[in-house]
Amino acid sequence: MKAKHQRLALVVLALVAIIAAGLIATWTLRNQANYFYLPEQMAAEPPAVGQAVRLGGMVQAGSIAPQPDGITVKFVVTGNEASTIPVQYSGILPDLFVEGSGVVAEGSLGPDGVFQATNLLAKHDENYVPRELEGLEAHQAADYAAETTIGVD
Amino acid sequence: MLAELGLAALWLATALAVLQILSGVMGLRGGDKASALAIYARPAAVVQAFLAVLAFCLLLWAFAITDLSIKLVATNSHSMKPMLYKLTGTWGNHEGSMLLWVAVLALSGGLLAGLEKRLPHKTMSATLAVQGFVALGFYAFLLLSSNPFERLPIPAVEGTGLNPLLQDIGLAIHPPTLYVGYVGLSVAFSLAMGALISKQVTPDFAKVMRPWVLFAWVFLTLGITAGSYWAYYELGWGGWWFWDPVENSSLMPWLAATALLHSVSVLAARDALRTWTIMLGVLAFSMSMLGTFLVRSGVLTSVHAFAVDPERGSFILILLGLYIGGALAIFAVRAGSIAEGKRFTATSREGALVFNNVMLSAILAIVLLGTLYPLLTEAFDVRVSVGPPYFNPASAIFAIPMFIVMAIGPLLRWKKDKPARIQFEISLIAAVAIAVVSLVAIIGDYSILAVLGLALSVALGIGALLPLRGRNIRTVPLATWGMIMAHFGVAVSLFGMASESAFTQERLAAVTPGSTEQLGDWNIELRSVDPIAGPNWTAVEARIAVSRGGEEPIVITPQARNFWAPAQATSESALVTRWDGQLYAVIGDQAQDGRWQLRVWWKPFVTFIWYGGLLISLGGILSIVGRVRVDLKRRTAIRKGKERRDDKAALSNEPLPEPAE
Repeated sequence: MKAKHQRLALVVLALVAIIAAGLIATWTLRNQANYFYLPEQMAAEPPAVGQAVRLGGMVQAGSIAPQPDGITVKFVVTGNEASTIPVQYSGILPDLFVEGSGVVAEGSLGPDGVFQATNLLAKHDENYVPRELEGLEAHQAADYAAETTIGVD
Repeated sequence: MLAELGLAALWLATALAVLQILSGVMGLRGGDKASALAIYARPAAVVQAFLAVLAFCLLLWAFAITDLSIKLVATNSHSMKPMLYKLTGTWGNHEGSMLLWVAVLALSGGLLAGLEKRLPHKTMSATLAVQGFVALGFYAFLLLSSNPFERLPIPAVEGTGLNPLLQDIGLAIHPPTLYVGYVGLSVAFSLAMGALISKQVTPDFAKVMRPWVLFAWVFLTLGITAGSYWAYYELGWGGWWFWDPVENSSLMPWLAATALLHSVSVLAARDALRTWTIMLGVLAFSMSMLGTFLVRSGVLTSVHAFAVDPERGSFILILLGLYIGGALAIFAVRAGSIAEGKRFTATSREGALVFNNVMLSAILAIVLLGTLYPLLTEAFDVRVSVGPPYFNPASAIFAIPMFIVMAIGPLLRWKKDKPARIQFEISLIAAVAIAVVSLVAIIGDYSILAVLGLALSVALGIGALLPLRGRNIRTVPLATWGMIMAHFGVAVSLFGMASESAFTQERLAAVTPGSTEQLGDWNIELRSVDPIAGPNWTAVEARIAVSRGGEEPIVITPQARNFWAPAQATSESALVTRWDGQLYAVIGDQAQDGRWQLRVWWKPFVTFIWYGGLLISLGGILSIVGRVRVDLKRRTAIRKGKERRDDKAALSNEPLPEPAE
């Protein structure tokens, strides 16, 4: 093989790999389009039971209900529209998890329609609203709640 | 005075960067007329380094004495903060961290200009001109949009404090480490462009470039390792990697730098992969610029992003476009003129390295697309988040073949080899991998990626050590030890990651003081929960006695802290480290009935993730030391040889008649 051909082979190999990476990425990302759900999306087109997804929204005022076992909490996540999704989470709540605050829950939808969260994401900042939730009406309320209720349950 | 002095130093450094560019360009043109100006390139770079470092030290001083007339200090510090965090607060914000970036950039440019004597004059001139350009852009960014020395019209009475998450030794050392890595890649970029412009892409040039790439890569590795450990213990959720945009911003340059490191080594040792090396040089620096852009611009939010400001993003984006666009344009014009390197067959060390280079680039593409995808969809007003379900399988598709080739590649000979020659080694590695898979399958039901990871890590660990087989350990060069150690480190890290994801056990309970919980063979007793106070926070602290088997219990104290300036809550996890894993405890809220939430994980071999990172870095350091030592020896040998020749010449001169008196 001439040197020139070798270089060509190298370029072709690199191109094939990068294009393959691009295709795999695009294909997987398209499936990912239903990785993040707003409550109204989840209500309209629920993901398969047990499929790992993220649910993002606002914690509805008055909905946080600690369970008798002391580690489980039930609450309701709302979005811009009326639709709500009940969520159940067992674990230590993020420091700024309060009513009216933005939350992204990782987990999956249970057969009973309750979202079983394995992890709650909240940035550790008093003014944080998850980026996916920007523009929701409750945004202002979240800011207000976060500013006034830090560290208070 | 302090602030004005710092600002003046920065402006002077900027002027010197301009001089460095002009002078470098003149040096490149050659000719006697031009050389009058050309001699200033090196001194300009050296003095500039001094001035930029001085500016940074002045800011450091301002933070140390909490000079509240400086806006940056007032908005990011507090007189009551511990001294250590006053100092680290200097780079815990946008302006300060950019000043640190610039100082490191100027320092490495100065070191290059002051120490590097081997490069041809033209290449050096072009390199310094490019380095000047890069520096100038960042000086402009600092002075025009993020002046760290800005004064307040009226000095503040008290500072607003530093984000409590940053008041941690992990975060104090993490950003500077990463920056050194990022900036080291700028030197690699300047060198690559310099060689391209002067058309001297040679093994000698690669030998000059290699330590810079190694150096940057070592620091990137350390930075990523430290960042991962910080997120793990400070954020309190027990995870060590999140595929978060900020994490990805450091991973992407690392992937590119790893590819570059291997290709520059091929160029230095075998004179192959010339164009490819230059391309990777451009790519690696592009990724570190992109990383800076993503972290600093606020276009992406993340659990790690601090001090973001969208307006500044556009400035970095323009710089990014200018440098990368310019580099690619020069590359397009000049790539054809780079002479062909030496040839090799597919089954050779070079072949394996090329394959892994391509796989690394593919993983880079996967990470890049996944990180930018939310930005793209946002342009169409669709908000998505991309997480582990994308990154893990998509990158594994390329990582798995890469690890397999990585286990075998170092056993192959340069230029041309037959797989049959290393039949024994290949069968050994394959047999071990298969044994691990079957063993894990017997133990229980684990995810495919975790099982594959375990098998690959063990196989890779053995593969990494095999090059030592049949060799006299004492004659193995230091650089080879470095390679072996770094590859072994990858295996160790991978083993930690796979074990953690496969075997982690968790216990979550609401407990009252005095009660005992069981997790695996660990006994966990909550003794008490007490309020305590720190220098700038209050907290509740749990005292938990943990023991395994019949051991004497150890008391650990996880806390839930409340900082007051700024008001913020953090949870401080408590860790018990054993050789075979870590026990990780977090205390949560108190339920209405008085019970406390307690979450405990047992994470087998989780520490291997970071030990591996340290081994990889150490391997890189060994390589640098080894290369430098060989280099020095060669230089001494050449000098001695010259002296001997001179002596001979002197001897032969002896009979010559003395000049007439």
